[in-house]
Amino acid sequence: MDRVVATCDEAVADIPNGASIMIGGFGPPGIPVNLVQALRRRRLRDLVLIYCGGGTEQDGIGGLIADGAVRKLITSYPTHPGASAVRERYLRGEIELEVLPQGTFVERIRAAGAGLGGFYTPTGVGTELAEGKEVRIIDGRAYLFELPLRADYALIKAYRADRWGNLMYRRTMRNFNPIMATAANIVIAEVDELVPVGGLSPEEIETPCIFVDRVVVVPREEIRRVALESR
Amino acid sequence: MPLTREGIAYRIARDLPDGSFVNLGVGIPTLVARFVPPDRTILIHSENGILGAGPKAAPGEEDPDLVNANGDYVTLMPGASLFDHALSFTIIRGGHLTHAVLGALQVSRRGDLANWRIPGPRVPGVGGAMDIAVGAQQVWVATTHTTDQGEPKIVEECTYPLTAARCVRRIYTDLAVLRVEGEQLVLEELAPGVTVEEVLERTGTRLTVPDVVPIMEVPAEFAGIPLLAS
Repeated sequence: MDRVVATCDEAVADIPNGASIMIGGFGPPGIPVNLVQALRRRRLRDLVLIYCGGGTEQDGIGGLIADGAVRKLITSYPTHPGASAVRERYLRGEIELEVLPQGTFVERIRAAGAGLGGFYTPTGVGTELAEGKEVRIIDGRAYLFELPLRADYALIKAYRADRWGNLMYRRTMRNFNPIMATAANIVIAEVDELVPVGGLSPEEIETPCIFVDRVVVVPREEIRRVALESR
Repeated sequence: MPLTREGIAYRIARDLPDGSFVNLGVGIPTLVARFVPPDRTILIHSENGILGAGPKAAPGEEDPDLVNANGDYVTLMPGASLFDHALSFTIIRGGHLTHAVLGALQVSRRGDLANWRIPGPRVPGVGGAMDIAVGAQQVWVATTHTTDQGEPKIVEECTYPLTAARCVRRIYTDLAVLRVEGEQLVLEELAPGVTVEEVLERTGTRLTVPDVVPIMEVPAEFAGIPLLAS
């Protein structure tokens, strides 16, 4: 049951070329930066990334894209400041983009993790993002059919873990992480702190260990300061 | 005199009732939080999982794990709650937000909203805009009446790609407050010193103008912030 692996490099060592990989995070919070950097060192090709933003040099996701490791990005908002790598590659036709409304993006992942075959959403009806999608009228309102979205791997970030892989999050670090943890074949969590099994109260475990395959501990000094101050 | 960006935000804040749950888009909408009257409790929702977001953190006080959907390091008000994106969009799409205040590239007479994409060789990015536009109980637009080039942003039909059809209930601009009423766009209020003719001239569709159009109650300044353009 011990899910802890020693290093980020070890945690991502088996990811092959062409893999589909979810990466959690929104803004800086919740991005497993050290796992992403380890993934970048693998020099892989043809990856499909499922990540809400466009990535920056700092978070490493922009670096993966700049390196040419990414064939396709499934995303919602790749246009934020700092997302220069995706912009340059997209305008040169070197990366495929699938842009989804943010609620549809997360719900497709949730549906995959929950074993559902898809869902109908009112979001996007009548827009260019509805092209090619089935429209169904339910109780007089139009909905689009959206498919579940799974991945081979999920790289996620949490605050504390135990050796079994139970996870808790801090502040807005949750974002996509608990959802992505349910929807990939191999789930790898980067965490700030490791506590003994039983050291997390059952109520504060948001991702139960059943979803998590590997845990890597990468302490953050900055977060320790803030956590102590806010106690 | 037309309103400043802060003036538009001030005017909107007057219309948010006590107990509102509100999502604020980027740009002018973000400013609304500053002008909430002190006797009202209004909870600001942020797509990335906050209900009860507070003002930006003071320099040096930022928590590295706490941002809002703009990516600003913010604070939490007492009673705030945090959650993941699935629950956040359950709140949005499920009709639980009482109000959303959004920016606009264009709004049509019938309340169609275009605010996510300018056509051309650009990276498309939609974020939460489409979910919020279809999900909030009331969608209000905060925008300048025209573009920087003087082109009307309130139009007969949107030419930019739609965010959602027939979703906007009210439009607050530097010149006027407008209400979407079925097929009609009704002029509800004028900024101080602005005439009906000026509004009509800068609007790209027909307006329904009542016999009497009240003037907005917006002071020249608030806490040292100019609300009326000089």
